[in-house]
Amino acid sequence: MSALALQLEQTNWLFASWTLAPVLLLAATALAVLAIDSIDPDSRSNSILAGTSAVGTLAALGVTVWYLVAGTGQTDAGGAISLFSGAIVVDGMSLFFTAIFASVALLVIVASYDYLADDENPAAFYSLLLFATTAMALMASSNSLATVFISLEMASLPSYALVAYLKDNRGSVEGGLKYFLIGAVSSAVLAFGISLVYGATGTLLLSEIAEEITNVDDLSGILGVGILMIAGGFAFKIASVPFHFWAPEAYEGAPAPVSAFLSSASKAAGFVVAFRVFAEAFVPAMEIAIDWALLFGILAVATMTLGNFAAATQENVKRMLAYSSIGHAGYGLIGLAAISAGATDANAAVMGAAMAHLLVYGFMNTGAFLFIAMVEYWGVGRTFDDYAGLSQKAPMACVAMAVFMFSLAGLPVFGGFFSKYFLFAGAINAGFWWLAAVGAITSALSLYYYSRVVKALWIEEPNGNLDALDTKPTGLYAAVIVAAVMTILLLPGFGPVIETAEAAAAAVFA
Amino acid sequence: MIIEALLAFTFAAALLVFAVPNKYAAKLAFGLSLVPIAGSLYMWWAFESGGNALTGGDISFETAVPWLEIAGYELQWFVGLDGISLPLVVLTTFLSALAIVSAWTPIDSRQSQFYGLMLLMEANLIGVFVALDFFLWFIFWEAVLVPMYFLIGVWGGPRRKYAAIKFFVYTNIASLVMFIGFMMLVFSLPVDSFGLPEITQSLAAGELGDFYWLGAETLALVAFAAMFIGFAVKVPVFPVHTWLPDAHVEAPTPVSVMLAGVLLKMGTYALLRFNFTMLPEQASFFAIPIGIIAVISVIYGAMLALAQTDLKRIVAYSSVSSMGYVILGLIAFTEFGVGGATFQMVAHGLISGLMFMAVGVIYNSTHTRIVSDMSGLADRMPVAVWILVAGAFAYMGLPLMAGFAGEFFIFAGSFGSTVLPYAPVFTALAMFGIVIVAGYLLLAMQKTLFGPFRLETDYEIGRAPLHDIAPLVALLAAIILLGVVPSLFFDMILDATVPILELGGVDQ
Repeated sequence: MSALALQLEQTNWLFASWTLAPVLLLAATALAVLAIDSIDPDSRSNSILAGTSAVGTLAALGVTVWYLVAGTGQTDAGGAISLFSGAIVVDGMSLFFTAIFASVALLVIVASYDYLADDENPAAFYSLLLFATTAMALMASSNSLATVFISLEMASLPSYALVAYLKDNRGSVEGGLKYFLIGAVSSAVLAFGISLVYGATGTLLLSEIAEEITNVDDLSGILGVGILMIAGGFAFKIASVPFHFWAPEAYEGAPAPVSAFLSSASKAAGFVVAFRVFAEAFVPAMEIAIDWALLFGILAVATMTLGNFAAATQENVKRMLAYSSIGHAGYGLIGLAAISAGATDANAAVMGAAMAHLLVYGFMNTGAFLFIAMVEYWGVGRTFDDYAGLSQKAPMACVAMAVFMFSLAGLPVFGGFFSKYFLFAGAINAGFWWLAAVGAITSALSLYYYSRVVKALWIEEPNGNLDALDTKPTGLYAAVIVAAVMTILLLPGFGPVIETAEAAAAAVFA
Repeated sequence: MIIEALLAFTFAAALLVFAVPNKYAAKLAFGLSLVPIAGSLYMWWAFESGGNALTGGDISFETAVPWLEIAGYELQWFVGLDGISLPLVVLTTFLSALAIVSAWTPIDSRQSQFYGLMLLMEANLIGVFVALDFFLWFIFWEAVLVPMYFLIGVWGGPRRKYAAIKFFVYTNIASLVMFIGFMMLVFSLPVDSFGLPEITQSLAAGELGDFYWLGAETLALVAFAAMFIGFAVKVPVFPVHTWLPDAHVEAPTPVSVMLAGVLLKMGTYALLRFNFTMLPEQASFFAIPIGIIAVISVIYGAMLALAQTDLKRIVAYSSVSSMGYVILGLIAFTEFGVGGATFQMVAHGLISGLMFMAVGVIYNSTHTRIVSDMSGLADRMPVAVWILVAGAFAYMGLPLMAGFAGEFFIFAGSFGSTVLPYAPVFTALAMFGIVIVAGYLLLAMQKTLFGPFRLETDYEIGRAPLHDIAPLVALLAAIILLGVVPSLFFDMILDATVPILELGGVDQ
């Protein structure tokens, strides 16, 4: 047993479990929503349910940010706090990602208030969303393959239901079914992979796997297959090639707030488990069993290329964003691909940059999908042609959408520039110039299809009747504008974000 | 702190104008744009000239605050002024306010967005000229493109979509090429920040190392070429000038004024700051090709202008020609060459602003810019026409006007260049451009303004309103002032450009 684990057992258990407060708060909010709905099932007040969900999520976000600022579980304050015999860990990385999940969930909840205005049963929606967020926060804290698998399943099951939430809508149900089938297969693959790794190393705890890997001897083949299958399971969650087929259908068919949630939070959740599992447990396996960093490098190149090229050919804005989301998964994968056998600060810097990119992405991508939710709310259509001239009636929202698009493209005016720049510069520094080159080229290409949206909104003349735009959905507006302001502020305020992310990544490597 | 206050005020003014109803936007934007003028005039008054900011001279109104750290390199909020940037900041604030006034007549829809974007662009332009940290500069540089894209795309003429996209794609690809070139350079230097002075001085000290398999000497040439291509698009020079006529013709008058008056100067300013200050030896290596590009731009731009039938296109192509002089002055790399090129940036900013504005005033009345559609306008709109004539003479380089001073300095400097081989030949060829300029301007003027009155549109033609004429008069006054007393700017420009030559090892 490592020194870290010994120190953990001495930690006051009661005190330590308070560090899970963000997760507990999210779970409690989800249960509270269910309770409110059970006590008074007839009224089904959307505003009370949305209010409760928003306040609970805001509290969880507040506590998370407070812990991050106070240094809980981070290197300066004594290192990671371990719970339940090391199966759960609270450290900089878990808090950083919990902040992403809570922010995205909060924006989505506020936006859903309008989106679900005529819904029959909003409690189901909010509670599913909150349960999924809880599970994602737990994924960020998972330090054993068992908790990884359980929390990943806990996050996936509500997500399937959320995608199929519009049960009278064919696209929504089809997307949900596709998501569920591919999800079920990849869960099975993941579970099989975990069992193989367990068979080879005899442990599920990540820190112990890293120690045992050097002793696997002739079981290295089994270990390699296991790692490969685990990588496949995570690739599904982050919508990376070749497990991306569910993403365009699910994102396009799902209600737009759910697409926002899945493409931002769920993707980040896939990344945090992948970062932790591979950086903490499987680094020694690179020389013994399988060079998985090269595998992720190839996946990153394929995902960046496919996502961006496919996005460029779409006519439907939501589907274009779905492919762009696949492309961004490729940028995140650079963080995994740049890990090398003798993991150094340069590797940690790349992973930190990928984390920071996921945070910025959390705001800009959620905002973009929520803008689409607003257009769906108005009911003007789905294609680029339908988006023509919307700025004449809704300039504020269209300014926000322009911010999201330019930021996603990495134009040096918004937060998305620094997060991409740090990622590519970090990759070059760690010797992976080919990843940076593909990233820069695909990123330049992406300006083409992102600017098509801006062109449609601002420069084209309206095609049809835009009277529907006279209604101004408060919640959707608030969420979109907050996301835009955050995207802008993340340019001057990128310093603390990248510092926190790099410190958190370095702590995982240590 | 005055620079920060100026930037903060202009950004806040842009946001405020976005928020007010359309009918108040025009007057409010003009009122607010007077404050940056006052700020820049105060800076001019309080400015103490003391060399070049990049080569180790004094930096006026300097602020340097750490911002971020990227892989061992520090990014700073680092702003300040020297004799090169101050005249351009004054030009920016002055021209922005006048452009806003000139928009009162032609802009009749979505005014608050239009004026908000104009102020946003002004703020970013000021940022480009004051920034002394590469990343800060780059962010402002790119941030100028976004308002420009919307200003052309939303308020432009019939082919505005094409023009806006072409402008956006050209300049963004150029920025990417330049960015990669500069990054290669910085990553091969033993510096720990992106501060431009530190990078310049490190390069001057010969500290450039290898970049992977590229040797230091090749690297410097590659970086110079990448940066030159990136900035040349913005200037623009032959053969990457094709976005400019489209953008100008489709853009509404005030946007053309900003585009020709200030945005093109971003390109020449960056060439001076980056290519010629940081890599003077590489500049002399490329002297002949750059000289050829400059001369072709001068002659070819003027010939194209000669062939146009649209008044605005004529002025647009003549900008390509004038920018060729600036490049010639820079590559001459003599005291008067570089100083004159910098002076010409300001002079051309004022003169081309005046020309576009005067053509715009005429278009507001006639609703046509086609030369053959009109004749004898002097009869009906005397004031506007005489100002247009005065502007044309300034363009041709009439003595006692700013254009004469700028071009004279450039030719005086380039004739005796030691850096550019066959300098007298290049200079003589470029001077021939002036003849063509006089030719096409006089020809266009004679056809449209004089002779019997004839107009082939259905619009009633009347005298232009006072708020159309006033900015023209102000610009003309500024042009004459700078022509009579060029030392107002030229002294501080020389203070800041001579150290560049010393750094480049050119004896004066």
